[in-house]
Amino acid sequence: MSYELSHLRELEAESIHIMREVAAEFENPALMFSGGKDSIVMLRLAEKAFSPAKIPYPVLHIDTGHNFKEVIDFRDRRTAEVGARLIVASVQDTIDKGRVSEETGARASRNRLQTTTLLDAIEEHRFDALFGGARRDEEKARAKERVYSFRDDFGQWDPKAQRPELWNLYNGRIKMGEHIRVFPISNWTELDIWQYIADDKVDIPSIYFAHQRRVFERDGMLLAENDFVERMEGEDVFEETVRYRTVGDITITGAVESGADTVEKIIAEVAATRQTERGATRADDRVSEAAMEDRKKEGYF
Amino acid sequence: MSEILRFATAGSVDDGKSTLIGRLLYDTKSIFEDQMEAVEKTSEKMGSEYVNLALLTDGLRAEREQGITIDVAYRYFATPKRKFIIADTPGHIQYTRNMVTGASTADVALILVDARNGVIEQSRRHSFIASLLRIPHIVVCVNKMDLVDYDEDAFNKVRDEFREFAMRLDVPDLSFIPVSALAGDNVVDKSDKMPWYDGPPLLSHLETIHTASDRNMVDVRFPVQYVIRPMSDEFHDYRGYAGTVAGGVLKPGDDVVVLPSGFESTIKSIDTFEGPVDEAFAPMAVTIRLNDEIDISRGDMICRPNNQPIVTQDVDAMICWMDETQTLSPRKKYSIKHTTRAGRVMIKDINYRLDINTLHRDEEATEIKLNEIGRVSFRSTLPLFVDEYRRNRETGSFVLIDEASNATVAAGMILGESAG
Repeated sequence: MSYELSHLRELEAESIHIMREVAAEFENPALMFSGGKDSIVMLRLAEKAFSPAKIPYPVLHIDTGHNFKEVIDFRDRRTAEVGARLIVASVQDTIDKGRVSEETGARASRNRLQTTTLLDAIEEHRFDALFGGARRDEEKARAKERVYSFRDDFGQWDPKAQRPELWNLYNGRIKMGEHIRVFPISNWTELDIWQYIADDKVDIPSIYFAHQRRVFERDGMLLAENDFVERMEGEDVFEETVRYRTVGDITITGAVESGADTVEKIIAEVAATRQTERGATRADDRVSEAAMEDRKKEGYF
Repeated sequence: MSEILRFATAGSVDDGKSTLIGRLLYDTKSIFEDQMEAVEKTSEKMGSEYVNLALLTDGLRAEREQGITIDVAYRYFATPKRKFIIADTPGHIQYTRNMVTGASTADVALILVDARNGVIEQSRRHSFIASLLRIPHIVVCVNKMDLVDYDEDAFNKVRDEFREFAMRLDVPDLSFIPVSALAGDNVVDKSDKMPWYDGPPLLSHLETIHTASDRNMVDVRFPVQYVIRPMSDEFHDYRGYAGTVAGGVLKPGDDVVVLPSGFESTIKSIDTFEGPVDEAFAPMAVTIRLNDEIDISRGDMICRPNNQPIVTQDVDAMICWMDETQTLSPRKKYSIKHTTRAGRVMIKDINYRLDINTLHRDEEATEIKLNEIGRVSFRSTLPLFVDEYRRNRETGSFVLIDEASNATVAAGMILGESAG
């Protein structure tokens, strides 16, 4: 017997430790779930952390209303399987209440509006800790974010006033109205996530695998033909074999041309790829060098 | 071979640290095209003549604008042999707290020394922090060998100087590699310009460093983190103690004692989601069930009757102060987080403040300020279950939290029980 863990089991243990720590120290945590692979792995880790008991916190979905149907079906099935309570906070409701107004034009997106919906949900349900599936390899601003990321009364992240985080000792102390965003899979990379999905036979929505889809090209990305985006001149729809590397709002999430129809083929593709997943597939991160940092400061995921 | 290796680097703009990390990432194909393009564009915009690889790690707007690294950045790369996690920290003395943070979880410290300058104040400081935080392996990269004509004597001189200084520190494993980060000599591939060096290049060395024996496999320590009680029909009487193993090896049937109650029992099973396991060791996250019903809650510690941690309210420790708004001084009170245990402490005495450049001890010191390191003693309201930090990094470490601001104000490494 060698007393060593594989890298996936060591990452898993670290994440489970964080999830239990939150359950022990916070009154009212919730797990943010988007139906994307990272939040799916996170839900799986939560299931493991408290077994044979149920996950002691609800699952929160911020619903932009611009969804892939496959992902919503998956969300409902998976939360039922683990017996978690699902809370859906809808951007449409936030718009209907007049809290935000919808962007207009061909490039309109609800990406930024989600922040208000999220912060309203935090206030309404009095959440004091929210699990997010962000990874540090995704983006430069995230590379410097703590596992326990402190948010003030306004949900804002202040990158210059982060609490030092040492060993596996996390400081979860907050005042009324403040909360902590917790990122239990901070140290996982995109490849780790896929290897774990393969290793653990984790179920994921079908759109991650190669399929035929009607798409159009915008800014070098392939967007799905859908009811929520006006196409601009010259953006003709054509059929292509694609898969999704990330899953988000259908209006801004790009597909990649790919024939990878099994997890093993996806791993081979991820290992060989020369583009980061957000750079290749997310219009929201292309706005500027500091796009993510700026949105995070406002309270984004 | 443990598959994850965590290493910490510290350095400032000129010593080639960013170039070295950039090269490790680039040569292991861990930098993506769109990241490289973004860096090229920004370098050009900033009027830089060469591609500034530091921009890959300097992720915050303020850092890019000022051209400095402020905070710990975590970077990831993998080879077929290992997954690497780099804690990349700034090197200047005003960022000591960031270095301490990066060092707290590291298996290896990578220290860069300019072959032309030899061991300077900064190298001494970084080595001291590495030894204070008990990083078991230090790898000294003697960099810029291209600027000293790949000369063996130049390398030997730096190595001998460093060894002499390191004798004053407690470093279990110290190795030296002559490199040129800029030219790529001995970083990923073995250099043909230094035939006199018969060791491996940096990456092979990192791939083969043996870290499994760095963890404490002797002293069983299981801080109880969370009590699992399903309260369902199927698991009506289930009561499991969830936690992360902090030392030793636990097996079903083992005699155990629970602190602070002192009640003894035996391990009934060690459970995971996949089912029960035959043994558990650090850093596994498991759930333990005992054969007797004992009142156990978060913050308690499961260990062996014949091998227990020190149970004490009076602790001596080295601390690094991390808060800019206040200083540490005797009589002040803080919250403490030690393993899964939380309590309050009062600082009793400052034994000395250490000059981290000269290692001189100032025993007249009355306070410890931001980025300063010193030896203190404190009294805690609750008994703590501690080990010397040098024996166990998990049960020997703690943080102090200010009760008004909730800021993490200090990191501590336990030396032992104080004289009360």
